[in-house]
Amino acid sequence: MAEADQKEKEEEKEKTTVTVTLDGQDIEAEPGELVIAAAERHGTYIPRFCYHPRMREVGMCRMCIVEIDSGRGPALQPACMAPVADGMKVDTESARTKKAQDGVLEFLLINHPLDCPVCDKGGECPLQDQTLAFGPGESRFVEEKRHFEKPIPISDLVYLDRERCVLCDRCTRFADEVAGDPLISFIDRGNHTQVNTFPDDPFASYFSGNTVQICPVGALLARPYRFRARPWDLDQVESTCTACSVGCRIAVQSSSNRLVRKLGVDVDPVNWGWLCDKGRFDFEAVGSDDRLGAPLVRAPGAEDLAEASWSQALAAAAEGITRARIRRGPESIAVLGGARGTNEDAYAWSKLARTLLGTDSVDAQMGDGLPAEAVVGLPRATIDAACAADTILLLGPDVKEELPVLYLRLREAVVERGATLVELSPVETGMTRYAEASLRYRPGEVTELVRALVDESAAVGDSERPGGLAPASAVREAAALLRRGSLVCLLGRPSLAEPAQPVVDAAGVLLDALPETTFLPVLRRGNVAGALDMGLAPGLLPGRIGLDQGRPWLAREWEALPGGRGLDAQGIITAAAEGRVGCLVLVGADPLADFPDRELARRALAGAGFVLAVDCFLTDSSRRADVVLPAAAFGEKSGTTTNIEGRVSRLHQKVTAPGTARADWMIAAELAFHLGGDLGFDSVDTIWDEIERLAPSHQGLTRARLASPEGFDGIVAGTVHDAETHGGPPSMAQTDSPGIQGALAHTKVDTLASSAMGTADKPDPSSGLAMQPPDPSGGGGGGTGTVAGRPAVLRWTPGPSAGGPPPLDRYSLRLVTSRRLYDDGTFVHHSPSLAPLAPGARLGVNPADLAPLGVGTGARVQVTSGRGRVVLEAVADPGVPQGSVALAWNQPGPGAADLIDVTLAVTEVRLETLSVPAPTSGRGSDA
Amino acid sequence: MAVSDAAPIISTRFDQTDAHTLDGYLRTGGYAALRKALAMTPDQVLEEVKAANLAGRGGAGFPAGAKWGFLPEDVFPRYFVVNGDESEPGTCKDRPLMERDPHQLIEGLLISCYAVGAAQAFIYVRGEMALAQERLAIALNGAYAAGYVGKDILGSGWSLDVVLHWGAGAYIVGEETALIESLEGQRGMPRLKPPYFPAAKGLYMQPTVVNNVETLSYIPWVLQHGGEAYAAIGTEKATGLRLFALSGHVRRPGVYEVEMGTTTFRDLVEAPVYGGGMRHGNALKAFIPGGASAPWLYPEQLDLGLDAGPVGAAGSMLGSGAVVIMDETTCAVRAAWRLVRFFAHESCGKCTPCREGGAWLEKIMRRILDGYGREEDLDLLLDVGDNISPGPFPHPASDGEDAVPFPFKQTTICPLGPSTVSPVYSSIWRFRDEYLVHIKEGGCHHG
Repeated sequence: MAEADQKEKEEEKEKTTVTVTLDGQDIEAEPGELVIAAAERHGTYIPRFCYHPRMREVGMCRMCIVEIDSGRGPALQPACMAPVADGMKVDTESARTKKAQDGVLEFLLINHPLDCPVCDKGGECPLQDQTLAFGPGESRFVEEKRHFEKPIPISDLVYLDRERCVLCDRCTRFADEVAGDPLISFIDRGNHTQVNTFPDDPFASYFSGNTVQICPVGALLARPYRFRARPWDLDQVESTCTACSVGCRIAVQSSSNRLVRKLGVDVDPVNWGWLCDKGRFDFEAVGSDDRLGAPLVRAPGAEDLAEASWSQALAAAAEGITRARIRRGPESIAVLGGARGTNEDAYAWSKLARTLLGTDSVDAQMGDGLPAEAVVGLPRATIDAACAADTILLLGPDVKEELPVLYLRLREAVVERGATLVELSPVETGMTRYAEASLRYRPGEVTELVRALVDESAAVGDSERPGGLAPASAVREAAALLRRGSLVCLLGRPSLAEPAQPVVDAAGVLLDALPETTFLPVLRRGNVAGALDMGLAPGLLPGRIGLDQGRPWLAREWEALPGGRGLDAQGIITAAAEGRVGCLVLVGADPLADFPDRELARRALAGAGFVLAVDCFLTDSSRRADVVLPAAAFGEKSGTTTNIEGRVSRLHQKVTAPGTARADWMIAAELAFHLGGDLGFDSVDTIWDEIERLAPSHQGLTRARLASPEGFDGIVAGTVHDAETHGGPPSMAQTDSPGIQGALAHTKVDTLASSAMGTADKPDPSSGLAMQPPDPSGGGGGGTGTVAGRPAVLRWTPGPSAGGPPPLDRYSLRLVTSRRLYDDGTFVHHSPSLAPLAPGARLGVNPADLAPLGVGTGARVQVTSGRGRVVLEAVADPGVPQGSVALAWNQPGPGAADLIDVTLAVTEVRLETLSVPAPTSGRGSDA
Repeated sequence: MAVSDAAPIISTRFDQTDAHTLDGYLRTGGYAALRKALAMTPDQVLEEVKAANLAGRGGAGFPAGAKWGFLPEDVFPRYFVVNGDESEPGTCKDRPLMERDPHQLIEGLLISCYAVGAAQAFIYVRGEMALAQERLAIALNGAYAAGYVGKDILGSGWSLDVVLHWGAGAYIVGEETALIESLEGQRGMPRLKPPYFPAAKGLYMQPTVVNNVETLSYIPWVLQHGGEAYAAIGTEKATGLRLFALSGHVRRPGVYEVEMGTTTFRDLVEAPVYGGGMRHGNALKAFIPGGASAPWLYPEQLDLGLDAGPVGAAGSMLGSGAVVIMDETTCAVRAAWRLVRFFAHESCGKCTPCREGGAWLEKIMRRILDGYGREEDLDLLLDVGDNISPGPFPHPASDGEDAVPFPFKQTTICPLGPSTVSPVYSSIWRFRDEYLVHIKEGGCHHG
């Protein structure tokens, strides 16, 4: 019996692989696998320039040409275009193979300038390496080389040296296939072929830096790195990008204790080796001269902040906190921020606030996200699960602007694998062109649109326009798409000019109707998901548990917890403005820039009794603090971070922080001492051990696991699963992350199969949504009770809907505001290469709404809301529906935050022209 | 001198001044073959073409019927593409077919599409051929108006749309996969075979037949007279007639429709109805038997029949049917350089050996012509050539040396790379002494 099974297994194995003879050795390859990939998996590296495992193969460079015998005698074929076949013989070392490869190498070199000594790529250049290893010592080419002007800027961030280019088509394929920005292309022909942009159209892609990374020679150069370092001087660590919350895995490189480069590392579940330009280049801010290196204290009655020692500053901070606590009670203390640090930072501040400060008024979001209960309590999808879903529903901000690498993944799912995208948004976005259905709604009315889409009892009349704008027929077509199969909803705030409530209500309606739906939160700030998991939100404790549920569990190790639920960011800022906050702590928070209602934030900072700021820079907000403590930034501290999926991955320190700046968690611990307490940890590791022990969602997520090969991809918190190993290391060209391959040689967890909650464990539809608690006993789980005293992970249940849509004022326009990739955020602002890319605050207006004003694009208009008045440049934009106006959030200068009143359901504005209308024919006639 | 008495088939209307009009075509039996075909089943039509053993006239010489048979069953839509991008230097036989008898091509295309079940066809005409474009456009409009093309053709219930597309002046687009790329709106760069065999993954990644203008022009006759009647012409392996474009140092250069197999190169050069003998009675030095890509042949090969097999065995190819005659006054080095310059100029730039190697060969040749050659340049030329077309390069037998038969091998994606090597290799192989004169004397005895 066992023998028969064994035999059957062997037969099965025979069916699934093909046997190829590689240089005389038999190897097993996957059917359809390319010879170049199969050989690499078995330790034979076939040289290549054009082949890249994440892009379509083109067989152009001919470097990987090898002798392949498929039964009709050996013939030279490119290994990157030849799929393996049973019985195939591959000879990578034959005389003919070597002659052909040497010939190709010589061809690539004859017109190459050989300016390696001044080339950034020198030292990590595949062309140089190949030449050194196999090339001739002397050139047989005695003619004049091909010349081009060198280098030319093809965008604000990338230079192109066409003399060095070997025309491998990697950058051009990337721009077209992966980024969907086909702005660079081959021009001219034959020996004069070159890569270039189209006239007057720069390579203005959010992903341009990837072309620099995948260029196999020094033809593409990144401005922030050019001439900054030599590869052999670089030192690097594995890390995770925290520029947004996608959690791209990266290598961070430094030279002389300065960060000089970030490289994408290829991991299957997240970034596939890609990065956005903001993530790639924002390291500039870390080394900025504007970084805070010493504590600042405002002496009583003094105008200005002055440098102080840590002990002085901490004492001043502790005094401010204690005074507020004694005079006005612990509930008068509030902590804002914490989403920009590590999980350990967030945990330390969460613990400090709940124990020694005694307040539950903590919030890592700035009133610009979603209610924390919804983020942690909705059934969560992974990025892989979203991309594999039959239908992806976008109900959030522009993914291309906020989470660019997620955009790449979604785009690939749609373009390459035929996923269906349904988008609900108040204006056109970067995803609109990929959507099967893209429905507009009037700001504030998304709940009505979602109800019409999914509530089958709500019959939509032909003349109705649910949500104010979408025709009934389009709604019906989109509704059918949502019921086609598995559905993942990307949920976020499409506009900061309206509260989160309509979006949350919409999610509730969606879950009621389609209870199998899973959600991927679209929140931008680097570690917002981790901060919420660590309890940096009112009513929430570490491990996705509620305050009251978790109290008995945590009380075993934490000192007394606050009695009642605290305030969220809007509540804190409102209370502060009303003089009800005795001490406001800003942990990397800049409410003047990030809170939707700037006037209210201004009053809050003025009205708070004592303001303590922990920050890397003096921001508008921290400038108004009484004590400012300098914090270590990305690259200056180790720890873990959590992405939108809940995936925990590691960060490593690469450089030292300026001056005496230190990590947020250390500041929390020091402050605890000054407050007469002890948080009970003295290193990142001890914090993580405590998190793993106490946070129910993180149980089992040990340091050892995170440091293991499995942890290289990151591990999704809240999932207890066995490590299913499969495959080998991901195929990554040597060129892509020099020195990182070694770390990649590992087996991986199949997160696609096991991570999407509610997919792996189907919840009972009647219970609405179910977050299964991790079950340490290894039992069936499925219950919602507690296991061994450990509280269950929070489940979110939709509350009562906020009621109908706000009344329509036909004399006003409704404001829509959402982020652009480049804005006036702290890190972009302090990155010299990125800051100029912020597009500025320009008001997008439907041409039909602009025409009655008698002006067009470029006109100055005065925008007035109930809250304030700003003057902006108008842009005629047909992507903005009539009745709405669109404005990029947090751009330099006055903008949307000056117009928004957070107490209102929508922000209504009126436009007045300041420009003199240009006289046009047909206007001004009385007849 | 054995000049065939087989009557011409596709060039019969070349002298008829109104053959390009619908009336003129109908008056001489036009579209009768289409009616006959529509009364048959597509399979019957396919069988007739297979029986004709009609070899493709574009250059590769693959039988049209067999090519159609490669289309995977039940995969639709499938497309039919006419390759009218005739650009091979010396080749000028598709051009009169499009200019003087466009309806014959359209009728051949219609019958072919019917046979293979294509509902959409494209005629890709070389960008420089303005008259051919105009005549084809007028002819196609006329055929649409008269119901020969379009919906429910001649009441048969069968429909076909034909799209005309003008090239933009790239030789490489004559290569069928580059032509497909160009038709799709991409740069005209060839695709790799495998996996992109047009029959399986062609235009828009659908099954596609690409046939030459001349091949399709024979189809109406094959339908009218039967495949076997066509196969009876010529020899067993080289069936039918074929247009040859004779150029160079002959008295009567021109396009002649000759019987395959039985006619020899000598007939083509010397027969009064064809070349009429060498210009000024000069001696023949070398000739290119099948377009500029073909390795050269020499006086000893004049008696080869016009048959792909023996010509291939002799180390060259019949190719596109362009026979270029060079007499004794020709400088072999300069002639080779002119051809290399053409190929280097026309390289699409996609793959390295052709893009870099072709231009390098041209530069070395230019340097030798300019009087700065070195003796080692000859070995360099051959070795650079070997890196584009590895292994022994095709050449005829000589002095106890066996012939190296066609085809050439390649490190490139398409045959344009080895085509660049052809003139270099052929001229050095036979006329090394002339190179040495250039190298040693800085000039040439041919003036």
